[in-house]
Amino acid sequence: MASLNLTQLRRHFGTVKAVDNIDLAVNDGQFVALLGPSGCGKTTTLRMIAGLELPDSGEIKIGEKPVTHLPPRDRNIAMVFQDYALYPHMTVAENVGYPLKVRNVQAVDIRARVNNVAEQLQINHLLERRPSQLSGGQQQRVALARAVIHKAQITLYDEPLSNLDSKLRLEARAFLKHLQREVGVTSVYVTHDQAEAMALADLIVVMNDGKIMQVGSPKDIYQTPANMFVAGFIGSPPMNLMACTVDAATRTLRFGDNLALQWQHDLPQGAHGQVTFGIRPEYVSIRPAGEPGTLDAKLYVMQMLGSESLIMLHVGNQLVSARLIADDLPELPERVGIALDQKRGFFYGTDGNRLI
Amino acid sequence: MKSGWLARVLSNILGVALALFFLVPMLWFVFAPFNEHATLSVRIPENFTLNNFQVVFSNETAVRSLLQNSVIISGGVMVLTALIATLAAYGFSRGSLPGREIITYILILFSSVVTGTASLVPIFVLIYNLGMFNTYQGVILATVGGMLPTSIFIMRDFIDGLPRSYEEAAMVSGASPLQIFRDIVFPTLRPGVLVVAVMAFVSGWGAFLTPLILIRNASMRPASIAFYQFYSDEGSPNIPLVSTYAVLYTLPALLLYLFINARYGFRFFGGIKQ
Amino acid sequence: MQQRTVLSRPISLAFISPAFILIALFLIYPFFSIFSMSFTNQALTGAAAKNPQYVGLDNYAELLDFDTWMTRGEFGSSILITAQFVLGSALIGQAGLGMSIALLFYRRNDLLRHLVYTLAIIAWITPDVVIGFAWFAFLDPNTGTLNNILGLFGLPAQDWLLKFPMLSIIAFNTWRGTAFSMLLFTSALSAISPSYLETSQVIGASRWQQFRDILLPMLHTTIATDLILITLWTFNTFTPYLLTGGGPGYQTELVSIYTYRIGLQNFEFGRGSAVAVAVMLINLVLASVYLIVSRARKTK
Repeated sequence: MASLNLTQLRRHFGTVKAVDNIDLAVNDGQFVALLGPSGCGKTTTLRMIAGLELPDSGEIKIGEKPVTHLPPRDRNIAMVFQDYALYPHMTVAENVGYPLKVRNVQAVDIRARVNNVAEQLQINHLLERRPSQLSGGQQQRVALARAVIHKAQITLYDEPLSNLDSKLRLEARAFLKHLQREVGVTSVYVTHDQAEAMALADLIVVMNDGKIMQVGSPKDIYQTPANMFVAGFIGSPPMNLMACTVDAATRTLRFGDNLALQWQHDLPQGAHGQVTFGIRPEYVSIRPAGEPGTLDAKLYVMQMLGSESLIMLHVGNQLVSARLIADDLPELPERVGIALDQKRGFFYGTDGNRLI
Repeated sequence: MKSGWLARVLSNILGVALALFFLVPMLWFVFAPFNEHATLSVRIPENFTLNNFQVVFSNETAVRSLLQNSVIISGGVMVLTALIATLAAYGFSRGSLPGREIITYILILFSSVVTGTASLVPIFVLIYNLGMFNTYQGVILATVGGMLPTSIFIMRDFIDGLPRSYEEAAMVSGASPLQIFRDIVFPTLRPGVLVVAVMAFVSGWGAFLTPLILIRNASMRPASIAFYQFYSDEGSPNIPLVSTYAVLYTLPALLLYLFINARYGFRFFGGIKQ
Repeated sequence: MQQRTVLSRPISLAFISPAFILIALFLIYPFFSIFSMSFTNQALTGAAAKNPQYVGLDNYAELLDFDTWMTRGEFGSSILITAQFVLGSALIGQAGLGMSIALLFYRRNDLLRHLVYTLAIIAWITPDVVIGFAWFAFLDPNTGTLNNILGLFGLPAQDWLLKFPMLSIIAFNTWRGTAFSMLLFTSALSAISPSYLETSQVIGASRWQQFRDILLPMLHTTIATDLILITLWTFNTFTPYLLTGGGPGYQTELVSIYTYRIGLQNFEFGRGSAVAVAVMLINLVLASVYLIVSRARKTK
């Protein structure tokens, strides 16, 4: 196990800035998720840590050792691939034991370690099969087994659950979390699935356009998004982001004609004039039309999502979602009022960053 | 169907005619080897006999040509072509060489230009000057050289179909380039290697002109030229023996090719050589 | 730009080098050596064997001596013979028959189809020497199978190789090489979605119209590919030598056989090289056309 440090890491493909001067520090034993939309640079970052891709500039350190230009085999890492990359001509046991075989470990010892790991991952009954005879979930476990067998300093995961169907994915996610608690190895996990990142990671790194948008615990990322990108990316549905004009002197927020709201708390520094107001749908509640302290809204659509309902409304010309925990869709008139939980609201400046 | 039974019957008659067209010139080989008094006409043997085979197998030179010289030459061509082409195709496909597309096309161009009797004039002189005249390796290397571009092209097709993550997983696991090639790439490319190997074997086995020109020593000549063992001094063939030898010589290559064709189907790779 | 590849540059060069050495030695060097050899009078025996003399363009002048070059057994004549042979056996014979078979068995998968395909492939893949002998027996003037069959219909026996040598080798090469065109057209036809033909059937197109308006336009690059390749191969084939030896009276002396006689039987390397240069230049044109067509097909 080891810590991982990326310093000013950069990788451009032609004019595309795949990874643009990022810095990241991962502590020994931490599980980090790189999260972002496709093309945000998360996979390129992971592949540079693996040594499968070389950076244009910057430095990568595993523990105290700079590894920036070392080939993968000199980094003592393990990696789980999206398509698992199980060798079709080898049995499960041979696949799992391969990292030990290339390190010239004795056959007897390989066998013992393979049995050990297979037990831990509950694949001991599959050892003599070929990858083509396994289900998707089983293949995924074999790939995990191959990654944990040689006690790497860092384990890298490239969207390892994305080829599973949704039910299996939940099972595999729980298993991975369980395994991580047992093995406790420093891990970097690439995913575009925020629920996966939230569920697994100690630390989430949100990326966009080759840059790091925010680094924080799952709770931080969800509850205090540092900028409009993270606010709009995290959460399903994401945070409401409403154009708003603030009069700091009177603490008045205007969302359009006849849509003013009195702010009850201290406004953050710089919250004046044109800003964006952000609030999660669960902190938007529906009230009778015209109630004081509410904004007038017109019902647009209601969606029943099982344990909750999603109500979408027009406030002026802006679309706002409200989330209701209820067994059934409420009966609502066409015109209602909405109340915002002011303690849960954020202001974002014109540069997109949260005003504090 | 509008076109009814008449069209069906006509097309079947045409099909049978085509089958006969391809069959009849070869039919002779089905019967002549089993007839001690075979002539050039197709006759079902009255006294079925394996005597011809016995006589052929007692001709030491002919047997050596078939079971030693031909096997060494086409085996050598097969092993070298498959190994060298796979290595090169892998180097082209996974290395960082500039202009590899153009290089492949230029090589294919050369292999189709430097071919046939025209190429044998300079190759004869070259082999002669290299001191490889009258040697197995002269024939083997000259044949392999001509086959390589197309074989590399075919192997590249197979390598391009190989997921890169196999090799990346092996790299991360700690394998060296040679280990990756030996443990992962070569075994997973088995179908491609097999196709190239069989093509090379069949063409080495059937080669007639190259060994005719590059090997003058009768005891080293492959089966394709050893037919003359069964000609009289005046140059007329002993028909039963020639036909028997032809069958013995043809079957291995033919069966191998049909097997590969049935298993992997006809693949046309844009290679320019047969 | 740095990109980690599986093989570093020195290692990939090491992987390529065995192939490169053999190709350089047996394809590239011969190509260039014949040019220089063609300006000499080099030979295996005689005075010129030890000290070949530079003779300038003499070999080419002799080859292209327009007073004699169309005489039987000379270069011009062999080119003309080869052109007839390519036209008859490759362009008309192999391509025509190959296309006919592919169409006849279009969307059929019965015993007859397998029989015809297997027999055609056997004819294609059986070694040259054996095929040569088979046809030698088949065309034999006295007891050959062909004459026996004609006899059943009351037709007179012929000495085919003596009386109709050109026709014989054209029929021979058609029989020998049809399988390639047949397989190529079959795989191209099977890649065409049946819905195109079904649509035209619904409209009421005849079979000929379906072929002309639907299949032919979709096959035209395949046809081009096929024609160039079989032209190239047929242009260089030596196998008819096994039937006729180029005779009688040089009537079937193809360029490949002419080259063989000059360069590899008479061992006049200088003159043989001049012929080889001419042959390879023609090959170069055919192969270049092929590569252009196939690259165009790839990008399409």
